Amino acid sequence: MTKRFSWVAVARGAVGALVVLAVWQAFARSGMFSTAMTPPLESVGRVIWRMLADGTFVENALATLARVFIGLAISFALAVPIGVLMARYWAAERIFQPVLSALLPIPSLAWVPLFILWFGIGNVATLLVVVYASLFPLVYSVWTGVRTVNPLWVRAATVMGADEGVLFRKVIWPGALPYIITGLRLAFGRAWIGVIGGELLASPKLGLGEIIFNAAEFLDAGVMLATLVGIGVIGVLFERFVFQALERLTVRRWGMVAGPAA
Amino acid sequence: MRRALSIVLPLATCAVVAAAWELLALYGGFPPKLVPGLGTIGQAFVRLSANGVLLAATVATLYRLAAGFALAVVIGVVLGIAMGRRQWVEDTCLPIVSFLYPIPGLAYAPLFVLWFGLGDVPTILLVGVASSFTIIINTWRGVKSVKPVWLRSAEVMGARDRDMFRRIVLPASLPYIMIGLRLGLAQAWRILIAVEMLMSVQRGLGWLIFGAQTFLNTDVMLATIAVIAALGVLLERQVFTRIERYTLVRWGMVAA
Repeated sequence: MTKRFSWVAVARGAVGALVVLAVWQAFARSGMFSTAMTPPLESVGRVIWRMLADGTFVENALATLARVFIGLAISFALAVPIGVLMARYWAAERIFQPVLSALLPIPSLAWVPLFILWFGIGNVATLLVVVYASLFPLVYSVWTGVRTVNPLWVRAATVMGADEGVLFRKVIWPGALPYIITGLRLAFGRAWIGVIGGELLASPKLGLGEIIFNAAEFLDAGVMLATLVGIGVIGVLFERFVFQALERLTVRRWGMVAGPAA
Repeated sequence: MRRALSIVLPLATCAVVAAAWELLALYGGFPPKLVPGLGTIGQAFVRLSANGVLLAATVATLYRLAAGFALAVVIGVVLGIAMGRRQWVEDTCLPIVSFLYPIPGLAYAPLFVLWFGLGDVPTILLVGVASSFTIIINTWRGVKSVKPVWLRSAEVMGARDRDMFRRIVLPASLPYIMIGLRLGLAQAWRILIAVEMLMSVQRGLGWLIFGAQTFLNTDVMLATIAVIAALGVLLERQVFTRIERYTLVRWGMVAA
């Protein structure tokens, strides 16, 4: 979606954002609802400033991100062997397929109450939700990616005497990478939803979802809105910088085309 | 041989998983309240089906899903098409949409409770709003991807705005819109189950799981999760494949 830079577009975007903010402000100031429920912009701004200044925001965001990344790492460690086996060996595909298709349609958050019973409230339950949410996009992308590696490359490498290890490192892995990166992107999106939901329901000690949940107890809409803004900013930053950079560094540099749009 | 194996292997996996669960339940040393055997889960399923609790919950959840998704479709398709057809709408709305898009819908839940109270209305609103973004983005991309040659030829041949939309823009962008609807429905489904846990609605599958937690009814929770899985598959396989057949395939936009 690259577009030529245009000042008109920027101005229009600014107008759009301003209109939304102005409507909110008018609504908040109108006195239709108490300001605790619809806080005006300046109080949301003050809350954002306070949360940034005393470090609550950073602390909780780091806790949430740590859960996302530990969960993604576990998912990745599980998904790569499963996906590769499924793509390379026909029997493995038949063995894993029924389990995957039974678990795939279950929303990860449906498991939260059960995880809480089994593992107590807190980190383990939240982490499991992240793993569950991100596992399926990863398995499917590794599986599809490895399957779509040009068989000609595999045969050529084999003929040239590549053993399984070299074949995997030099042919299959780079060949499957466009899909795997798309899968990671999808998995991050799912994990991000899962972690906020998990934090809302399983209440670990720290986390952005936990802030929102606590703020709900005190009817503090200002803190909720400030945290939502933070969640939005982090989401955009990851999408824009981390994943696009990852794509540039690997896929494009190795001359593979980008995978399908997610 | 291969053909026989392709039937036997999946069945074997199911049998192994079931047996492992049963062994864990019987000899794993966990309290049977927390890890119920398959028989107990089956009994819970039969009991809940017989007394109508499961049916009532399913109907309530599907009603919310339908209402929320309908809202999402209206918002998503209308805004997506407007953004695709008119540059100023795109310029004005795209920054807001792309900022709100990555915020998990569930994060709004406590705020919606604060604004709209508990129950059906905030649940439906939240599901609708949260799943509309995928539909907006995909519809917008679809309308943008309509070949300019088609638009120009239709214009030259004297198509009015309405015909242009009905005959060209809509069919041509439909594959994308359908992807958006499909992703949107899946998202609405996932959010709905979780929102039902937070919004303390009257009935519903998410509520059933959450309520069962209070009484340590693990068998009820697992039986409900199984129903959720089955419904998820049905929604995807039956509803969407059908809609696709009636529109895309029939209009010749994609191969059957």
